[in-house]
Amino acid sequence: MAEIFVLAEHRRGQIRDITFEMLTKGKELAEKTNTDLTAILLGKDVKEHAKTLSEYAKKVSVVEDTRLKNFNSEAYQKVLSHLINERKPLLTMIGHTSFGVDLAPSLAAALKLPLATDCIDLEFESETLAVTRQMYGGKVNVKATVRKSESYIASVRQAAFEAQKPAVNGEITEVVSPLLQEITEKRFIEYVLPPPGGVDITAAEVLVGVGRGIKDESNMPIVEELAKTIGGVLACSRPIVDKGWLPTDRQVGSSGKTVKPKLYIALGISGAFQHVLGMKNSDLIIAINKDPNAPIFNFSDYGIVDDLFKIAPALKDKIQELKG
Amino acid sequence: MEIQCEIDGKSNNFEMEIWHLRRKEGLEIIVCVKHVPETAEAEIKIAPTGKTIEKTGLVFDINEWDDYALEEAVRIKEKFGGMVTAITVGLEDADSTLRKCLARGAEKAIRLTDPKFEGSDSYAIAKILHNAIKGLPFGLILTGALAGDDGYTMVGPILAEMLGIPHATMVKKIEVGDGVAKINRELEGGLEEKVEVKMPAVLSIQTGINEPRYVSIMGIRKAMQKEIKVLRLADIGLSESEVGETGSWIKIEKMFVPPVEKQAEFIKGTPEEAATKIAEILKSRGLI
Repeated sequence: MAEIFVLAEHRRGQIRDITFEMLTKGKELAEKTNTDLTAILLGKDVKEHAKTLSEYAKKVSVVEDTRLKNFNSEAYQKVLSHLINERKPLLTMIGHTSFGVDLAPSLAAALKLPLATDCIDLEFESETLAVTRQMYGGKVNVKATVRKSESYIASVRQAAFEAQKPAVNGEITEVVSPLLQEITEKRFIEYVLPPPGGVDITAAEVLVGVGRGIKDESNMPIVEELAKTIGGVLACSRPIVDKGWLPTDRQVGSSGKTVKPKLYIALGISGAFQHVLGMKNSDLIIAINKDPNAPIFNFSDYGIVDDLFKIAPALKDKIQELKG
Repeated sequence: MEIQCEIDGKSNNFEMEIWHLRRKEGLEIIVCVKHVPETAEAEIKIAPTGKTIEKTGLVFDINEWDDYALEEAVRIKEKFGGMVTAITVGLEDADSTLRKCLARGAEKAIRLTDPKFEGSDSYAIAKILHNAIKGLPFGLILTGALAGDDGYTMVGPILAEMLGIPHATMVKKIEVGDGVAKINRELEGGLEEKVEVKMPAVLSIQTGINEPRYVSIMGIRKAMQKEIKVLRLADIGLSESEVGETGSWIKIEKMFVPPVEKQAEFIKGTPEEAATKIAEILKSRGLI
């Protein structure tokens, strides 16, 4: 029976959420296309992971090899190439994560199989893969078809699907590692942890998030004062850290922190998915942006379409007044 | 389908020897850039075709990720000596992005332009770049990790695969050593990983790796006088069917406004009125 592969992503002893999200979507696709859902697990000493995955997928194929101990796109690509060549899955799903973006494109190019990246939805329309993805920082969605192929590869956006645990008792199969040679082009050295200390924005009850709309470092006092007046902590989206206007520990989003304060005020943040992922579960979200179509308004409780340079000082004054 | 790793392994050894010979004369770096509309702060509309956005009124510039890639290339060149070549696939208006690269420290610029390239996705773009680059000397190729318009996140590693050389993506730090580069890759949640790749390699750069420099008036003046080499389909030895929509993996069928997860209630009025309303909401919730 044909299969749908889901590549399990794990790091430092933990299976990452994207794996279960893909397995949930994979199960639905497998049922619709009459295929078997298979979790592909590459690693070393990962028996426990295999057991966990067998609760989500009909089949679990495990390749254990010391060269697969840590993620390495070179080693992963060789093993996956072998498995895909041998079993010709209808679809191979890989997380659109830091690991996935390092692996999926070169794997697809090597196998000459079409790849759709950063998918937020996938479906088969008469054996052709159709995907939904976003463009222009999440301001528009596109429905796209993928070139007809006997086997497809897709990378899947984090949190695009909600993981559900089905009642499955999957069969675990160990596959002999197909790695014949040493991995010589790329070598994992170590994980680098963020520097200790700094501000813990995850502990704050009120966060004032600032984004690209602040335009210049010299404008930062405007939002700093608002944060101070409201008794909150200043946080930010990626561009502010990239520009060095705030340190990394203030960054909210997939590459920064996930926060859940009682109040999140987003100032000049357009709401790219990476940022939204880190703050959308805040109790109350108020967004200020001059673009009425900014995606941030699709995740907020209240929105003001205006210039942050007008709203932030007015809000600061008003709060000060109420505080007396 | 075949496993291609063994074949690639051999070609890499050969390329490594050539690379060591070249290395003595400094490092040749190629930077792949894209001319894209700035949309982060702009209001954008879907065009009547329903397949793209209205481009009129938008400001085009170098893709943000590529801006950091170019800066990184120039910094490496300044340290080790050598030459930076900026290359793009685009129309004539992409010259402004190439001129920016020249002004900021690139020595050469190449624009790949052909009506047949229209409709190319990142896979087709990677093929075009591959054919243009494969005959050039290089020790490193830098690209942006992704493009702010289509966000495919794939040109770098595909290009590396086609050239038979290693790659690293989401790059936040590069230390060039003897025949190898030590790379910090950005992972999720503030974590990074340090990896080592053999050179030559393709590195896809993440934003924030450096602080791109401002362009001096001198730099702009000098850049205006430099030649931009233009290559067409016939010059790079690809067939018509390998580029454009037919040579692509992805075909856009329909563009639409994203569905709303939680539509904000919009607060209207003057800034003072809006601020008063928000302050009231905060007070009613015990947040002030």
